[in-house]
Amino acid sequence: MTTPILDLVATQLAPGTGVESHGVQHGVLVLQLEPAALLAVVTRLESEFAFDLFLDVTAIDWPDAPLRFEVVHHFYSTTHKVRVRLKTRVSASDPTVDTLKPLYGSAGYMERECHDMYGIVFRGNDDLRPILLYEGFSGHPLRKDYPKQLEQPLVPYRPPQGTLVR
Amino acid sequence: MSASIPNPVRSAFTTHERDDTVIVNIGPSHPATHGTVQIIAELDGEKVLRTDVHCGYLHRGFEKECEDHTWHNLIPYVDRLNYCSALINDFAYCDAVEQMMGIEITPRTKYLRTLLSEYMRITDHLTCIAASLMELGAMTAFLYLVTVRDFMYEHLAALTGARVTYSYGRIGGLANDVPDGWFTRLHEILAEYETYIARVHGLVDRNRIFIDRLRNVGTISTADALHWGFTGVILRSTGVPRDLRKDTPYLAYAELDFDVPVGINGDNYDRYFVRMREMDESVYMMRQLMDMMPEGPINVDDRRCVFPEKTLVYNEIESLINHFKLVMEGPSVPAGEIYVAHEAPNGELGFFLVSTGGGTPHKVHVRSPSFVHMGGVHRMLNGYQLADVVTTFGSVNMIGGECDR
Repeated sequence: MTTPILDLVATQLAPGTGVESHGVQHGVLVLQLEPAALLAVVTRLESEFAFDLFLDVTAIDWPDAPLRFEVVHHFYSTTHKVRVRLKTRVSASDPTVDTLKPLYGSAGYMERECHDMYGIVFRGNDDLRPILLYEGFSGHPLRKDYPKQLEQPLVPYRPPQGTLVR
Repeated sequence: MSASIPNPVRSAFTTHERDDTVIVNIGPSHPATHGTVQIIAELDGEKVLRTDVHCGYLHRGFEKECEDHTWHNLIPYVDRLNYCSALINDFAYCDAVEQMMGIEITPRTKYLRTLLSEYMRITDHLTCIAASLMELGAMTAFLYLVTVRDFMYEHLAALTGARVTYSYGRIGGLANDVPDGWFTRLHEILAEYETYIARVHGLVDRNRIFIDRLRNVGTISTADALHWGFTGVILRSTGVPRDLRKDTPYLAYAELDFDVPVGINGDNYDRYFVRMREMDESVYMMRQLMDMMPEGPINVDDRRCVFPEKTLVYNEIESLINHFKLVMEGPSVPAGEIYVAHEAPNGELGFFLVSTGGGTPHKVHVRSPSFVHMGGVHRMLNGYQLADVVTTFGSVNMIGGECDR
């Protein structure tokens, strides 16, 4: 099930613009990109194809893959009423992609969350302070090698006191 | 002792823009923050110059926890994202998993889920309006709205056994069918709703105090709203009919007759009115759905995800093993990725799921409207009075559970 606009985006953007592959999954156009092409492709999506709503950015951790992290962006067009997913592979040693803050204000907060959880660095985003985590938190909890039970209490636990608590 | 505890947040600004301003801290534990959100604001007298909004105080590792449980076991967790409309979370999550598995739900479940989604939209909007009116001092309107909401909560408890977090959705169906007489009582409640909501309209709509406090406060334009990622009521209050129920119809919405109410200015009064009108549309839809409701099974006949009948589990070896496999290994969802979005009362609620083919997800990510809204809410706070922070924040309806996850 494809819509004309998705075909148009797929043919216009591929090949040669840094799009490695494309296809439609569950009604969403999925484009696999080279990291360097991200900003250029998003600029075209926004200006030429009216993808005016930046929905989401997150990452997927594949611990055994040579390029460990897959950064996933979602966009929605309120004109065409379709979604596009962009996927970019980056390595664990240099998990950097370009920020989308100049194009979408909403990217600021969501990139902070992605930085918190996976340690993805958004080049050009000067505000990657912790947002869901707190200052001084070490590590990135959604990475597969972060143990689920690891605790980093900001306030040290008090030993049980009194006679009722044992 | 307290001096040794480090500050969990670092403000975006610590120096004053001018030498006659003051930087204050609002929250995180304030009755008007609807949970825990911290706003650091620079004030010129009573006027807010700039704000830095921090969330995360309710972060509890939802997404990390999901990677360690079977697909079924997540349902109680997703309930607790937006706890004012828990069933919509349930159904959006189940819908995503079902699409990955290639399951088509039964007609009765489809209509029931649509009906319950609209029911949840009403309870969520009732909560939001009641709370924001109470923050302005309208105790009567608050009690009227919460009275109706409690009729609804009790009615939903009769269906699901719980008052707020229901865990009622199942992959491939629902926990149980509606009990006898449930629809009859629903008709009564909807009639009660109309009585009470008429009283609130009478108290609030043309009330000078409310108009003065809400009109032209927290204004945002359509272009700004899209730029900052606003969806749902806030986007519609700016005058554009963007609603996923109309734009990308899911469940039974394509078969229903309903309007998408929009505002004019994108201010707090518009958001109040869009919510009020949306509830009326939901009631209209629920009445249509009750007339359309088909008979039949609620669970699909698919052994990959639906639990066998208890009597069969006790008397038949295949069903017993099927039950064990589902509990211990979880439903096997084919490898792949999916993004499914439903129109939640706050905006676009999206589930991005990644499966590697096992009984537990590789990744569960929630695109929660509240979190995205917190990234843009400073646009609606800056330039207004300090007292307007409370009303604007109320009209955004930030829900800590889904914002911080």
